[in-house]
Amino acid sequence: MAVTTQDQQHGLTAHSHGAGVPVSSRADHFASFDVAAFEVPGGREEIWRFTPMKRLANLHNGALATAVAAVDVSAPEGVRVETVAKGDDRLGVAGTPGDRIAAQAWTSFTDATVVTLPKDTKVGPTTVTITGPGVGEVAYGHLQVRAEQFAEGVVVLDHRGSGAYADNVEFVVGDGAHLTVVAIQDWADDAVHVSSHHTKLGQDATLRHTVISLGGDLVRITPVVTYAGRGGDAELLGLYFADAGQHLEHRPFIDHAQPNCRSNVVYKGALQGDDAHTVWIGDVLIRAAAEGTETFELNRNLVLTDGARADSVPNLEIETGEIEGAGHASATGRFDDEQLFYLQARGIPEEQARRLVVRGFFHEILLKISVPEVRERLEAAIEAELEAVGA
Amino acid sequence: MATLEIKDLHVSVTADETSKEILKGVDLTIKSGETHAIMGPNGSGKSTLSYAIAGHPKYQITSGSVTLDGEDVLEMSVDERARAGLFLAMQYPVEVPGVSMSNFLRTAATAVRGEAPNLRHWVKEVKGAMADLDIDPAFAERSVNEGFSGGEKKRHEILQLGLLKPKIAILDETDSGLDVDALRVVSEGVNRYKESGEAGVMLITHYTRILKYIEPDFVHVFANGRIVESGGRELADQLEEQGYVKYTGNQEAATVA
Ligand SMILES: Nc1ncnc2c1ncn2[C@@H]1O[C@H](COP(=O)(O)OP(=O)(O)OP(=O)(O)O)[C@@H](O)[C@H]1O
Ligand SMILES: [Mg+2]
Repeated sequence: MAVTTQDQQHGLTAHSHGAGVPVSSRADHFASFDVAAFEVPGGREEIWRFTPMKRLANLHNGALATAVAAVDVSAPEGVRVETVAKGDDRLGVAGTPGDRIAAQAWTSFTDATVVTLPKDTKVGPTTVTITGPGVGEVAYGHLQVRAEQFAEGVVVLDHRGSGAYADNVEFVVGDGAHLTVVAIQDWADDAVHVSSHHTKLGQDATLRHTVISLGGDLVRITPVVTYAGRGGDAELLGLYFADAGQHLEHRPFIDHAQPNCRSNVVYKGALQGDDAHTVWIGDVLIRAAAEGTETFELNRNLVLTDGARADSVPNLEIETGEIEGAGHASATGRFDDEQLFYLQARGIPEEQARRLVVRGFFHEILLKISVPEVRERLEAAIEAELEAVGA
Repeated sequence: MATLEIKDLHVSVTADETSKEILKGVDLTIKSGETHAIMGPNGSGKSTLSYAIAGHPKYQITSGSVTLDGEDVLEMSVDERARAGLFLAMQYPVEVPGVSMSNFLRTAATAVRGEAPNLRHWVKEVKGAMADLDIDPAFAERSVNEGFSGGEKKRHEILQLGLLKPKIAILDETDSGLDVDALRVVSEGVNRYKESGEAGVMLITHYTRILKYIEPDFVHVFANGRIVESGGRELADQLEEQGYVKYTGNQEAATVA
């Protein structure tokens, strides 16, 4: 059995995606470590068609590194932090670059940072702060997080600063390990960030992966999860808030090729201001071998003002009939006037009512962020976003 | 002493780009201490009247006036109306995901009272009010109305009524969807609110059964967008016997079959 479903929903600006055009199977996507193996994309390609290519600072077209992005790691005792050269044979095991920019980043980085959570141990949060190369500069990077067998811990990736930055981030999660990742894109207004996250999830391993995208001119994150054994469990959460002119794109892909694994993808976004644009492409592939798979993916977008646009495309491809459950949903709505009316009818002023509704919309994601400092920072950031436009 | 005065109110809604007049000249005055039952068949415009008074943006006032103690209600925003002392218990309360009932109640009470209630007193007050309405304390941590049954939603509307203590309360079919026990509990809640001070009530209903618990001072028959007859309790008894057929030409019962 092979079933492909494709839904498309969008925001308030009229546009067409050419719904009904058959898409090639996710299984056939090209991947390579060699940048030369990819043609320079023009923007019409399936995986690029939502991305404003002109704003990519030529990351897709051979831009040379002009600087480096500083990587600072603050780790608790027990966590090993190394800087290694490209030849280190641990690198690249979690996945192969699936687009030209990821391959460019692989080709162009010089040093990689490897963070290892030791086996059989529970460790406190590790924070990796990555600071952009500066206005007008270009940098490439590589980070690998290894959670050894039965390790348990949280890694926060905190992106700040200016410039163009492309990287690959690998999560190598050992058997029975439990890794929580929070990747925060809190870039300055000019920043361009294109990032591929590759996860290889061991037998009975758990990944809790949360992407938070707030700042930057263009942010495009592609988290890919593959399973190395049975019983893997991946939860991919996302929260994004796009302001006027921002392009925030998230392309999670869960590749179920092992039996009895689970995945749950929930991304929620809010948009406000002219030409705020968000893109969510959620691909789930359940291969023939992946019997007993349980998967669900959801994307919701809240359009707070006119002139903003959300594209949302869930794709669920199923090549076996023997699954536990598979579902997907996508909805893009205007701010709910009925909710606003109800709160106001109880005396709550409009501004405060709006904030309550937006906070409520993100609540289920924020609730799952287990690091209190990170959660508080995000709550404050969301408040600030709302205040900026006086919503 | 508060007075809500509705004069010659005309209200339209726009659907599919055509405007349709729903209210065709409503006149009604409600004073503190009075309970007015508004009874009418489905689609006669009862909810439209309540939404128009509360300020729902979908309903356009084309002419007429609404004042509260002489102040122009129609000039006020939705939240200003609530803070001025108007309350609408909705026929279909709205779900607000991710906002806890306790946070919502406290935010509303703070807005209406003009200052944050003392935390210790407030917790006691809410607990007591919930107990009075047979509401499980666990509801405080659930999202506003989300996944509540119809009856649970109605209880929470009356919970808010008791906590916000408005000058004038409009109760839109608060009785619908309630079983006998819930109807009694909710009616007792409304009666406590009436006894607690100078409260005026507009009690919108399709059926007479709630009037066995809440005594109306006036009964108005609402049909085709206006009040077509007014009287006392006896008018409700007459509706119980004869239904709305006299006003609409349709056979529609005012009692539960
Ligand atoms: N938002 C709206 N859009 C379009 N039509 C509306 C809207 N609100 C009300 N109407 C129409 O106005 C008329 C009166 O509706 P309303 O809900 O006020 O009646 P009601 O008396 O409350 O009925 P019920 O007893 O069923 O609650 C109906 O014909 C209804 O379809
Ligand atoms: Mg109604």
